[in-house]
Amino acid sequence: MDIRLSGVSHRYDQTEVLRDISLEIPSGKIVCIVGPSGCGKSTLLRLIGGLEQPSAGEILQVGTPPADCLNPLTYVFQDFALLPWRTVHGNISLVLEDHGIRIQDADDIIQNVLARTKLTDFAEALPKQLSGGMKQRVAIARALAVNPAVMLMDEPLSALDSQTRELLMDDLVNLWTRTPFTAVYVTHNLAEAVRLGHSIVVMSRRPGEIREIVHLDQPLEQRGLGNAELEEKQKYLWQLMREEAQAADAELINV
Amino acid sequence: MSDLTNSGETRPVPFRGGGFAPSSRRWVGLVVFVVLITLAEMGTRQGWISALTLPKPSDVLKTFGELYSTGLLWKHLSVSLSRLIVGAALGASVGIAVGVMIGLFSYVRAGLVPLVAALFPIPKIALLPLFVIWFGIDEGSKYALIAFGTFTPTVVATYGAVDNVDRGLIRMGQSFNLSWWSIVRKIVLPGAMPGILSGLRISLAIAIILLVAAEMLGAEYGIGAYILEAGSLYDLERLFAGVTILSILGVTLSICIGMIERRLLRWRV
Repeated sequence: MDIRLSGVSHRYDQTEVLRDISLEIPSGKIVCIVGPSGCGKSTLLRLIGGLEQPSAGEILQVGTPPADCLNPLTYVFQDFALLPWRTVHGNISLVLEDHGIRIQDADDIIQNVLARTKLTDFAEALPKQLSGGMKQRVAIARALAVNPAVMLMDEPLSALDSQTRELLMDDLVNLWTRTPFTAVYVTHNLAEAVRLGHSIVVMSRRPGEIREIVHLDQPLEQRGLGNAELEEKQKYLWQLMREEAQAADAELINV
Repeated sequence: MSDLTNSGETRPVPFRGGGFAPSSRRWVGLVVFVVLITLAEMGTRQGWISALTLPKPSDVLKTFGELYSTGLLWKHLSVSLSRLIVGAALGASVGIAVGVMIGLFSYVRAGLVPLVAALFPIPKIALLPLFVIWFGIDEGSKYALIAFGTFTPTVVATYGAVDNVDRGLIRMGQSFNLSWWSIVRKIVLPGAMPGILSGLRISLAIAIILLVAAEMLGAEYGIGAYILEAGSLYDLERLFAGVTILSILGVTLSICIGMIERRLLRWRV
């Protein structure tokens, strides 16, 4: 299933947040969205997943999601959004309970996603007992459990320290190489974008417009640390963003 | 820097942290009770507290023993407890339901918040005559009084607690296509539970106060009636025995809620 955005604009009262965004998200690819803070990239993600309605333009699902897909558009949030009163197992079963899956089948799914995210030993732990990186892995496992057609990731690694971020990026690359998934990945971290994105959408400051779309052809599993080509791309992206970021930083916030 | 330091003198760095973190010291509460009761006993025995101001704690204990052995204790306590349980359960459950609705629906909020604010400051005991006409002179009016008294604080605590539920978690529920009812049951209610329980502590204390007030205004049995009778005869031993029962009741309820909190809120950091 692909996602197509055509002429999407959005405003909150008087503030124009997004202007005329047209974008194609092809299935099986990771599309990264980068931009200065306040450029509306998180808003764009909420629009794509149907948590908000655009003021103008339309967002289309092209094709039907696979039959075993329980929740086609599934988010991974920056703050993890785990229920603190449920165990790891309970947090994942939460999203299966409403789909009438029998207990045995649900347990199989949960075992499977916990194994894929290396959390099998922590099924009965409460979120407060987990580190930030593990919490985000639980959130990723929860997203995988509903077999999403498109994963919508809103700065998923931004709340983590840099070592954990590296580890989780490796995990994401491994997950993708085993079974490629479609993802929209919003971040302000260019290193994450060049590491994970098949294409990188650079946005301007508010009102957010698409400034350029950069394509990276190198396969994900070859993009290790210290890769010269990636360094180059990252530098290029930073040049694109530098002025926008400076200008955005100097703006008064009048929201 | 080194030439400025006086190298001969060494001192430990003074400790300035600590405090502001009360920890559990179970025996202290008991010691306070024991000291106060011992003082009262000594004072009444030695005469520097006159028998008119305070009864001897040992006499109060004796009265309590008599109350127990004659079976009157249970007779008073059982009526009172059933009134408390029925009234408080009614008030708290309706209060939680209304509070959750106020927390979730704009129209209910706009319509009921002013009403609750208008009802809250009314001394409920002033309405007892009205309740007697509405619900009958016997148990009905007492249930209604206690229920009404617990209802308002529970509503206020509950909708405040619902307002404080992390919106990010609700968004998450919606993004996974959970049904409205699932979101309320699995995200809103557990998230509001800490606030609801601390509201319940206040509501139940109010319920005990209203219980006694209702029983004082017209009941044959019940702790309130017992205290009123003792008071009008100026029988201080019995008065204090009754008051002690109330205190024990309050402490027991508070312990019960503490246990429920520990059980339901284990997940809290």
